[in-house]
Amino acid sequence: MSHTIDVAYVAGLARLALSADEKCTFQQQLETIVKYVEKIGELDLSGIEPTLHGQSLVNAFREDVVVPSMDRERFLANAPERNGFEFKLPKIVEDA
Amino acid sequence: MNILKLTLCEAAEGLRKKAFSSVELTREVLDAIEKKDGELNAYLSVDAEGALRQAAAADAARQSGRDHALLGVPVGIKDLINVEGQPCTCASKILQGFTSTYDATVSARLREAGAVFAGRTNMDEFAMGSSTEGSAFKVTRNPHDLTRVPGGSSGGSAAAVAGGEAIAALGTDTGGSIRQPSAFCGCVGLKPSYGRVSRYGVTAYASSLDQVGPMTKTVEDAAVLLQALAGRDAHDGTTLDVPVPDYRAALRGGLKGLRIGLPKEYYVEGSDPEVMACVRKAVDACAAAGAEIVEVGLPHTEYAIAVYYIVATAEASANLARFDGVRYGHRTPRPDSVFDLYAKSRADGFGTEVKRRIILGTYVLSSGYYDAYYGRAQKVRTLIRQDFAEAFKQCDVMFTPVAPTPAYRIGEASNDPLKMYLGDIFTVPANLAGICGISVPCGKTAAGLPVGLQVLGPAFGECAILRAAYAYEQEVRA
Repeated sequence: MSHTIDVAYVAGLARLALSADEKCTFQQQLETIVKYVEKIGELDLSGIEPTLHGQSLVNAFREDVVVPSMDRERFLANAPERNGFEFKLPKIVEDA
Repeated sequence: MNILKLTLCEAAEGLRKKAFSSVELTREVLDAIEKKDGELNAYLSVDAEGALRQAAAADAARQSGRDHALLGVPVGIKDLINVEGQPCTCASKILQGFTSTYDATVSARLREAGAVFAGRTNMDEFAMGSSTEGSAFKVTRNPHDLTRVPGGSSGGSAAAVAGGEAIAALGTDTGGSIRQPSAFCGCVGLKPSYGRVSRYGVTAYASSLDQVGPMTKTVEDAAVLLQALAGRDAHDGTTLDVPVPDYRAALRGGLKGLRIGLPKEYYVEGSDPEVMACVRKAVDACAAAGAEIVEVGLPHTEYAIAVYYIVATAEASANLARFDGVRYGHRTPRPDSVFDLYAKSRADGFGTEVKRRIILGTYVLSSGYYDAYYGRAQKVRTLIRQDFAEAFKQCDVMFTPVAPTPAYRIGEASNDPLKMYLGDIFTVPANLAGICGISVPCGKTAAGLPVGLQVLGPAFGECAILRAAYAYEQEVRA
């Protein structure tokens, strides 16, 4: 496993703008942390099933019945910008 | 009334006997916050008006014949649990100004029982941290030594309960965030088994690990509060349809015949000698009182921190994707594009530890690394679960330290993330295995800092840990 982390690339995947200072600090800290967690590479894990959840749950089913949803106004109450009953966003589609 | 000493059960008794009203009790709590919180910084916000209104309603309900152990009792709520009409910042700038528009299931259950929501307690931002220094707003101080941290991430709840600013509080525990601050501040904190308590309406950090639980002055108080929280919730598909036992009734089993396991990997060199001496003393006293002590093994303990910081950060990176400046929370002014809107809103809003964990979590999930990190970590998690399943064949509960050190000084560990992470070694395995645990005070260091005894039980073994912790607290410690 590699210890070089391309912090700028990963930050892009995470949709997170980082300052030059943050990139530099995180680079060093994350490489230390990743080197530490690579300890799990020592173990022979052939035949071991992964644990996906805290308990061995399979599926949680419920009756397929219609129940009232929360009022629309509650979802919009904390919107940074809104337009009537819509969340307002900057333009997404570029001009032709 | 002395809020510092008053337990939840005593408060309930006082209300029942009409020694005081809920309005009087709530005023006492609000006064205590007013007097002390300038120093402790346990609360992020206080809803005096709302609390007094709820208290008056509780008094009226009692007058008309209603009764419940929590009716009219004020509680503190960690600031990542939604309570309708109150702020819910998760101690993050990204949620500054956010007001909850619905109750989390745990809040709804407390509201139904008649509890009063006095205020919102401080925490590490998005519950990521072990000292509450990661709050974007204030640094909470340990009531036993104001130069030291209260632990974290539920440090505000622990400091409020231990410092006489709350009768009881709710915390959340993803890798020790209820138990470790309880140990650092000298109160009782219970992390329920995964699936025991609903997380609906609780801001998610690591969804396969998070649990909500009580932080109180006594083990009996923890049992009473857990009773109100536990049970299946249709809004949270990870809650199990397992009957909720009478936790208070379970307290009375005593120590005779109880098999207490000591996992040998938790009793190695490296922990603070004073902490270990307090834990050893508790074990010896329980043995003298009739418990059977058994040495057990948890051979994969040394991998727990590595597994935890892969699984937790991976899940956090996905959970925190919802904070994008679109529907709620901070939005950067005048973004150039949608990408810019996301990236800058998140950059402005998140603090350093949250960013660090998002980057680490995104990295371990990224193409080419998924199997090596997340995939392997989930398999090692299976080994850790199997360790506990095997060990619990030989014992009913386990006794361990909660943390390798007592509370450290503010600023002492906050610049070295890995060092801070390693302090979680005795608490994260319970979250990885989905089992339950409780922290109960077991003495103090020479400097007067509290030490916590951790009692671990199997999944849905809350009765066993409450019995053991109560017997220790009532029969042995006193």
